[in-house]
Amino acid sequence: MQVEVAVFATLMKYLPDLPVGGSRYIEVDPGVTPADLIQILGLPAEEVKIVIRNHVLTELDEVVEDGDRIAFAPAIAGG
Amino acid sequence: MTRKIVRINMSDLKATYEDVPKKWAKWGGRGMTSAIVFDEVPPTCHPLGPNNKVVIAPGWVTGTPAAPSSGRTSFGGKSPLTGTIKESNAGGLSGQKIAKLGLAAIILEGTPAKDKWHYLVITKDGVEFKDASDLMGKGMYEIDELLWKDYPKTAVIGIGQAGEMKLSNAGISVNDPENKPGRYAGRGGLGAVFGARGIKAIVIDDDGGPGVEIANKELFEEGRKKLADAIMEHGLTKKDGGLNAYGTDVLMNIVNEAGGLPTRNFSAGQFEGAAKISGEAIAEVVEKRDGEGMTGHGCHPGCIIQCSNIYPDESGKALVSCIEYETAFSLGSNCGIDDLEIIARMTRECNDLGLDTIEAGNSIAIAMEGGLLEFGDAEGALKLFDEIRNKTPMGRILGQGVEATAKAFGVHRVPTVKGQSMPAYEPRAIKGIGVTYATTPMGADHTSGYTIAPEIAGVSGKLDPLTDEGKADLSLAFQASTAFIDSSGYCLFIAFPVLDIQTGFEGMVDSVAGVMGMDLTGDDAIALGKDVLKMERLFNERAGFTKEDDRLPEFMRYEKLPPHDVVWSMTDEELDKVFAWVHED
Repeated sequence: MQVEVAVFATLMKYLPDLPVGGSRYIEVDPGVTPADLIQILGLPAEEVKIVIRNHVLTELDEVVEDGDRIAFAPAIAGG
Repeated sequence: MTRKIVRINMSDLKATYEDVPKKWAKWGGRGMTSAIVFDEVPPTCHPLGPNNKVVIAPGWVTGTPAAPSSGRTSFGGKSPLTGTIKESNAGGLSGQKIAKLGLAAIILEGTPAKDKWHYLVITKDGVEFKDASDLMGKGMYEIDELLWKDYPKTAVIGIGQAGEMKLSNAGISVNDPENKPGRYAGRGGLGAVFGARGIKAIVIDDDGGPGVEIANKELFEEGRKKLADAIMEHGLTKKDGGLNAYGTDVLMNIVNEAGGLPTRNFSAGQFEGAAKISGEAIAEVVEKRDGEGMTGHGCHPGCIIQCSNIYPDESGKALVSCIEYETAFSLGSNCGIDDLEIIARMTRECNDLGLDTIEAGNSIAIAMEGGLLEFGDAEGALKLFDEIRNKTPMGRILGQGVEATAKAFGVHRVPTVKGQSMPAYEPRAIKGIGVTYATTPMGADHTSGYTIAPEIAGVSGKLDPLTDEGKADLSLAFQASTAFIDSSGYCLFIAFPVLDIQTGFEGMVDSVAGVMGMDLTGDDAIALGKDVLKMERLFNERAGFTKEDDRLPEFMRYEKLPPHDVVWSMTDEELDKVFAWVHED
């Protein structure tokens, strides 16, 4: 199955070919979780603080489905 | 040495110094401005009339050596925008210099002779009243430059043309270390109250000042260090962390992704152009143009977070500091504008004319909804600032803020609470911040109870932004701790490491206790925050505000917000719980 992945802020350097606001579609096995995707994409797990699945905040162990959009972000906040 | 208050009376042009009276002795920053306004400003007075005052106060630890990120200055008074009590705080150079002069507050009161304008020079020797004729009609970039010719390296507090016109969206500018305007006590129109005192600018020269007395140096030093360590450890505030690398506009892509980015006058929670106006996009421009632009800019000496930026023009020269998330939302997504260059130029216009960027952008969005121009018309939006500069009736309408603009253009979708328009988080998609907007004494304001931390940012726990449950308690907890931090002089952004790292919280409390010689625990800090809130709520009650004013606008209850297709569903009973304790405790 296929999922769309995006990364923001300080995580962008781990997927350097993605432009700001860009995303990538990747083939994954059914049953995959955001935690698995972090490994597949080579993101440092300790830096990922926010996972957003189809515009809803989600958990690392939530199983994702075909066609989902999953975005990863570090700690962010501000004004 | 006792901290002093200087009372500056513009009726007779006299300045009098007094020791801080016992009733205000425990306060600093927001606590000090709100206590003085509560005691001395009649709640029913006209905000631009003779009985209102502007109170300026550095925080408890401001001006001490090496308390990290602690240069905030609080400005207080009765707001012409909201009719409520108002505290608006800013970074820049002023707080530390006021504190180093041994001053706990500056009170501006009285009314000058008609059409008579002054600028004030405050030094260790007293207050000079200077004729401001040569400064009138000028924007803040020129004012800062002119005043530094005579008073180099000083703090300059001032108002642009908006404050001279006494517009309800006039802010108060503080210069940054490069002597540029842009650090604004923006919200609530206190620039108009400043103007009503006939004051164009205040120069603060701390040369030879006595400095800030620290009651318990050991406790202060220990606390200061613990806090600095926590700031440098936390992923958000550390060197090259999210705020340092991208500024507050790091939020743009993420809030957009979560469906909470107000777009086209609060009609959608996502903007297709978000990435183009994000912090990441700003960082790219800075790198590509390789000139005076920078990220990781500090708005005052001693800030170790350094979330500000300097946006460069095409030739690499500094154009404006700084593009915040709030600015990129109000002048960007909320107007349907995805052009970072134009947003930068509009931000510069706001900084020059002396306008709060949030209210300015939101007013343009209302005018767009009312048909004055199309959403997305970036050039048209930029030209509207000339209307304000030229003092046209259109400029005066836009400069009065969102509610006045909505009336002028027959718009009923008006995203305000108590007359102040909402910042960059859609309350239908992020419920806790809606409780803060509804109930804070300040009118719709995110900084006064930033529930975004657990609702979006994963800071201080994790809560579902789309549910109502528990959000009243959450908002109150944030409002109380914020009122404490706003009193301390620390930048509110220390809240993130402080909430996540226990030693950081202890460090914040201990450093305050060390300066003030107070016995202070974490619980005391929250209690002090609640004392501030109580004064502010009581002021508003006496000004005529009731629980019916603690509500979000009607359209948010029936108009579904995409992409989540949610309405504002919080019950009135839940909202009324937030401040029920004011009359119970």
